Amino acid sequence: MTVMEQRGAYRPAPPPAWQLRTDPAPLLPDAEPYRVLGTDAARKADQELLLRLHGELVRGRRYNTQATALTKQGRLAVYPSSTGQEACEIAAALALREQDWLFPSYRDTLAAVARGLDPVAALTLLRGDWHTGYDPREYRIAPLCTPLATQLPHAVGLAHAARLKGDDVVALAMVGDGGTSEGDFHEALNFAAVWQAPVVFLVQNNGFAISVPLAKQTAAPSLAHKAVGYGMPGRLVDGNDAVAVHEVLSEAVRHAREGGGPTLIEAVTYRMEAHTNADDATRYRKDADVEAWQDHDPILLVERELTERGLLDDDRRRAVREDAEAMAADLRARMNEDPALDPMDLFTHVYAEQTGQLREQAAQLRAELDAENEPDGAGR
Amino acid sequence: MTTVAVKPATMGQALGRALRDAMADDPSVHVLGEDVGTLGGVFRVTDGLAKEFGDDRCTDTPLAEAGILGTAVGMAMYGLRPVVEMQFDAFAYPAFEQLISHVARMRNRTRGGMSLPITIRVPYGGGIGGVEHHSDSSEAYYMATPGLHVVTPATVADAYGLLRASIASDDPVVFLEPKRLYWSKADWNPDAPASVEPIGKAVVRRAGRSATLITYGPSVPVCLEAAEAARAEGWDLEVVDLRSLVPFDDETVTASVRRTGRAVVVHESGGFGGPGGEIAARVTERCFHHLEAPVLRVAGFDIPYPPPMLERHHLPGVDRILDAVARLQWEAES
Ligand SMILES: Cc1ncc(C[n+]2csc(CCOP(=O)(O)OP(=O)(O)O)c2C)c(N)n1
Repeated sequence: MTVMEQRGAYRPAPPPAWQLRTDPAPLLPDAEPYRVLGTDAARKADQELLLRLHGELVRGRRYNTQATALTKQGRLAVYPSSTGQEACEIAAALALREQDWLFPSYRDTLAAVARGLDPVAALTLLRGDWHTGYDPREYRIAPLCTPLATQLPHAVGLAHAARLKGDDVVALAMVGDGGTSEGDFHEALNFAAVWQAPVVFLVQNNGFAISVPLAKQTAAPSLAHKAVGYGMPGRLVDGNDAVAVHEVLSEAVRHAREGGGPTLIEAVTYRMEAHTNADDATRYRKDADVEAWQDHDPILLVERELTERGLLDDDRRRAVREDAEAMAADLRARMNEDPALDPMDLFTHVYAEQTGQLREQAAQLRAELDAENEPDGAGR
Repeated sequence: MTTVAVKPATMGQALGRALRDAMADDPSVHVLGEDVGTLGGVFRVTDGLAKEFGDDRCTDTPLAEAGILGTAVGMAMYGLRPVVEMQFDAFAYPAFEQLISHVARMRNRTRGGMSLPITIRVPYGGGIGGVEHHSDSSEAYYMATPGLHVVTPATVADAYGLLRASIASDDPVVFLEPKRLYWSKADWNPDAPASVEPIGKAVVRRAGRSATLITYGPSVPVCLEAAEAARAEGWDLEVVDLRSLVPFDDETVTASVRRTGRAVVVHESGGFGGPGGEIAARVTERCFHHLEAPVLRVAGFDIPYPPPMLERHHLPGVDRILDAVARLQWEAES
């Protein structure tokens, strides 16, 4: 008899922890991503919302092409385009109310802009004039986060703090598929579930973490399945279907606001451009794969529905395009102005009160600057 | 005049009292960490806080250091003043990413728009017979990160005052608690605690004329003992307790070394790349013409922290300090 077969001979009373606390079935995501556009359900989609999403998606696409063009002119150090992912970014941000907070990653400029952030302020990090171009409290948008997944615990802490204060605030935390492998992703989800914090985690699964495909990132059936292990619902949504994203996000936000705790949402999408302008995507994927997604473009999906309902005529198209062009022209003009930088700022925001060490170093820089500015000091 | 009840209190009790008073004075102060609630922390520093203020103010978190500090960042973003406890020095390392990439630089990256008033309590250092990962002196890592304050008390009164000042600070503070001084006692009145010390001020613990011992945290009592022992050999040693490593009090240190003309830096963390190198360099730069000998360092060896049965060979003790003091006669010898 093997040890395994002998089991049962010794039966201690099970500790309470052995009993299932949560029925996993309702937490499990559906096998297929949730879709609205292209199905009969789309007929019920609110007309105002469809038109709003359409306008924002077109603006978002234009923002991406404009920002990418600015990298070629040397105005931006780098730009991670979200072309193809606009629906995840925008429809998710629009599911928030004013008092809510957004915790974006470096790719989520469109979510921040859709939430009302000045398009130029959203690019400060990437232009290189400062790390964050806005006061997070003013917009309720945390700084665009470069280290992967580290903003997720911040979202949990903020949502938790707001709830402790009795405020009606939800935090939306965005992360990529690669970011779900980081330890901070795990810790954030676990804290959120244990504290029942009003947080919505949105994973934009765009197929790749730089060059690494999802299959090399995880062995889970889907990223949404990860939710079950933490005791929160996992939801799969078609990330190119702006209406579906908006519905699923809105429901999760409502659930969180009503005290139901966190949700993990995986939006399945595709990154149509390279990781950033500095990346060569032909090394790890075929053009044919990219083309296959073109028929599932987020703007196209909304336009099909609008056309079918007779809501998108030439005038409307032109108005939307002109609005996007105006935004791009303004962005271009303002980004082409050289930012006015004060080098003394280097020492201003390290501590609330400058330390003696920094005062000395600031004096050194001041002297160097003064010498540079002296009429005969140019050659120094 | 009211008489104050001065009783012996331990450093651990003074730290607990500081937390309690800070929480009572300011409802935005929240304590979180592993086992800080029901148990009161493995060193009992947070004892009674959950009972008095509830689980929402003193919270047992899941076991995850990055999660503890990362959620504290979000809490601070929303206006709370989190005080987090890292259970032991070497278990704070999983939280370094949060500490360095976010806690230390949030004020800077938001151009002053958002500061993080987080206090990170880290029991540190050896001498308590702890097994591996329970005795690291990690101060050099923290000192090397701009945006953090790094403080460490050596007395019961300072433990209270510095912790209150740290919690009140609008910047993040790494508050290093010398483990082996948790049970050190002093006469102290918990009902009328000493005024809060501003962060960044060193103090002369013992005045002397012939050399300065520059030290902090767990090595302060060792240096005071060494100073007593040195009297027999004709040395009158001054002992400076830094209390704050960042910001560094050049003024007090420099004034002392200019008076005495000789200096030894004493700490138990490793010497190579350690705090002593920085301190010796600063002293040399500022006091070169007053120095009658090179600034010496007495530090722990540059080894992973040793097993408990060998730690006494590693930790700088009175003899090693006295040997260094003897070497300060360098000028006369050469
Ligand atoms: C902690 C950390 N490690 C590595 C990197 C470098 N890096 C930047 S983006 C990236 C891939 C991220 O992929 P994913 O999470 O899928 O997001 P996506 O870029 O696809 O939006 C990597 C490895 C980083 N920013 N942070």
